Amino acid sequence: MADEKKTGLFEKGGKLYWLHSSIDAFDTFLRVPGTVTAKGAHVRDGIDLKRVMIMVVIALVPAALFGMYNVGLQTSTIYGLGWNFWQMFFYGLLRMLPLFVVSYAVGLAIEFGSAQIRGEEVNEGYLVTGFLIPLIVPVDVPLWMLALAVAFSVIFVKEVFGGTGMNIWNPALVARAFLFFSYPSSMSGSSVWVSKTWVPALKGVDAISAPTPLAIAHDGAFDAATGAVGQYSFMDMFWGFIPGSTGETSVVAILIGALILVWTGVASWKIMVSSLAGGLLVGWLGQLAGATALPCYYQLVMGGFLFGSVFMATDPVTAAQTETGKWIYGFLIGALAVIVRLWNPGYMEGMMLAILLMNTMAPLIDHCVVSVHTSRRAKKAVTA
Amino acid sequence: MSNNLDLKKGLNIPLKGAAAPEVIKTVVPDIVAVKPSDFTGLSPRLLVKEGDAVLAGSPVMADKLRPEILVTSPVSGTVCGIVRGEKRKLLAVLVKAGEQQEAVDFGAQVPQTAAQTRDLLLKSGLWGALTQRPYGVMADPSATPKAIFISSFSTAPLAADTDFTLGADLADIQAGVNALSRIAPVHLSIRKDVAASTPFHKVENATIHVVSGPHPAGNVGVQISHIAPIQKGETVWTVSPLMLAAIGHVANTGKLSLMRKVAVTGPAAEKPAYVCCLPGTPVKEIVSVGGDVRIIGGDALSGEILGADGYLGFDQDQLTLLGEGRDREWFGWAKPFRPKVHSSSWCYFSWLTPGKKYDMNTNLHGGPRAFVETKCFEDVTPMDIFPIYLIKACLAGDIEKMEKFGIYEVLPEDLALCDYVDPSKNEIQAIIQKGIDLMIKEMA
Repeated sequence: MADEKKTGLFEKGGKLYWLHSSIDAFDTFLRVPGTVTAKGAHVRDGIDLKRVMIMVVIALVPAALFGMYNVGLQTSTIYGLGWNFWQMFFYGLLRMLPLFVVSYAVGLAIEFGSAQIRGEEVNEGYLVTGFLIPLIVPVDVPLWMLALAVAFSVIFVKEVFGGTGMNIWNPALVARAFLFFSYPSSMSGSSVWVSKTWVPALKGVDAISAPTPLAIAHDGAFDAATGAVGQYSFMDMFWGFIPGSTGETSVVAILIGALILVWTGVASWKIMVSSLAGGLLVGWLGQLAGATALPCYYQLVMGGFLFGSVFMATDPVTAAQTETGKWIYGFLIGALAVIVRLWNPGYMEGMMLAILLMNTMAPLIDHCVVSVHTSRRAKKAVTA
Repeated sequence: MSNNLDLKKGLNIPLKGAAAPEVIKTVVPDIVAVKPSDFTGLSPRLLVKEGDAVLAGSPVMADKLRPEILVTSPVSGTVCGIVRGEKRKLLAVLVKAGEQQEAVDFGAQVPQTAAQTRDLLLKSGLWGALTQRPYGVMADPSATPKAIFISSFSTAPLAADTDFTLGADLADIQAGVNALSRIAPVHLSIRKDVAASTPFHKVENATIHVVSGPHPAGNVGVQISHIAPIQKGETVWTVSPLMLAAIGHVANTGKLSLMRKVAVTGPAAEKPAYVCCLPGTPVKEIVSVGGDVRIIGGDALSGEILGADGYLGFDQDQLTLLGEGRDREWFGWAKPFRPKVHSSSWCYFSWLTPGKKYDMNTNLHGGPRAFVETKCFEDVTPMDIFPIYLIKACLAGDIEKMEKFGIYEVLPEDLALCDYVDPSKNEIQAIIQKGIDLMIKEMA
């Protein structure tokens, strides 16, 4: 009964037809649409974009859960609070929730609004973007800044191009870049990576400097004998017990996500592998050239390199489309990110800008790959 | 001489309802329809009027621009109706079959020259069996193709098994190949797993290609793109094995016989098996129809919707019956397991049950979106092209790019699996067809 009423109201000609995009979005969220094929193949695969996107979110969950724990762990360690595991986790969970809420609320509001304006169904792309953004910003970032960044990114990077599937740059990364360049004091430096704002006991306490291993290594504090960067051992960095953006610290959690993405075929393993290869190669060359004392594999466990390679570079919309192109694209991301890390005096993390730059270049890479292919085809035709 | 072609990419759709290899009935129809829409590129001019007596093989209509192309009646009897649609468009000529079946005698002699072959095919109404590539239209009688390609088998979902349907007609098949080889070299491809047992491997006067792989390996277009890709300015012709046998039959006996074994398939088919009948037989007489069922002439990927009141097509040897999927599944996409829905994507768990056949229906399983995942297209397209680039060129109507990305090599059926696997539910076959239509218009 309620069903009938609803369709009447929101159908074409109904009083609330202008709301149909939003209603459709909720309706199809709950139930598969009853649409049957009209032309083309009469039977269709069970896969749809909602399933693809939810797979990425599932793949992100290990990194997010670990990140929440790590938020509490870092606060507890740096400020000497002596929390137990659950206190750490719940502090992180509590601290992260508003970020997720703001990210989804602002982003989805804009998505729904623009779908209404275009009269199309609401795209699922923001399910992933909205989950990614809180994982790649400092946990204490003011919520209004986050809201602004999300709004900027969704409107100017996605919707003006036509929504999910049409965008050139990864919206989550642009949101981060927006924050980075607009509010550098909240986004960089040595004291933004450990949360303290929500701990009552720390009210009025000055922020303690807790630089990320990447920053420590940048200042040259690498102990070749123990393999430690400052107070952090290699295994600390591998497991993720270090300051940093919520999602990026744990290699293990990210690798679990990578496994899910590669297994389901949602993300390209070629991009992941070539990005790692590019990073390792440049890291190794940098070590040979004396630009850094770090062994090349340290580049993979520090900062956002792995998170970027696995979750950001592989976005199928903004990455290269051709299989050969993916190798080149991934390799250049990895190489560029480490080049920025090693040969840049001011800015110690290169992953974000490397991916955004290669997003820009991806169509060019594809163009070259396709051109080579078509001219080879043409040659084959002449000789045949 | 034989050549191997092992294709890796593609996908066999695990659809339930394969036809059992037995003929369960022979339909002697009361009324048979001759449909101009079965002949792509034909602008029909009617040659008969209601009440005229026709024989099997008598011309019923001709092409307006190329009057030598005739379409003939598959039965003898009287013309009992002319069906017209909007703007008096000719939809079908109905022929009431007579008690005694008589056929026009075209002379039982296998043609020895190209001119004789052309003449026989044009007169007997079998010219429409020749499809020209590029574009997939009826062949031009004044043209000479680079080669003629025949795929002896189909890998499409639940397609008729030609070894069963045509296994006894080797003499006709050989005569058909002999006749066609007068026009251009004939290439015949056979399935690798039955290469030694299929009757087609004995065919002479043709280059045999042994092909293996999942669908669309059996598509003649895919085979051509590996054997001799079509370049700008070239044309090749293709013939289905069904029509090859019909051509051979008319050459051997002088009489037109289009009787065929039709595979009745699909999850909604009561008893999937073969039925002997003529093209133009009313669907109702072949299958019992009931419920919300879609009746498709051809396979589930590229077939034509015939409907319960339709007639079997000229070149069709399969009916697929699918339930209309209008039911709305709660939390479909969010369920961890959906055992009733097949997905080639590993986001679901169909890979756990590789041998399982699915009771598929016509539900779209999602809403249309912009292209996001495009690698899936490459995974099901065993051709030397970039499907997504070709698709986008067709969408943009960019002739130059369409040429560059291989529009000459494809027909919608070759990219039918892209329709199937696309998570964004784009109508790839329709897009390609639009591109081809534009090419025909612009290149004419």
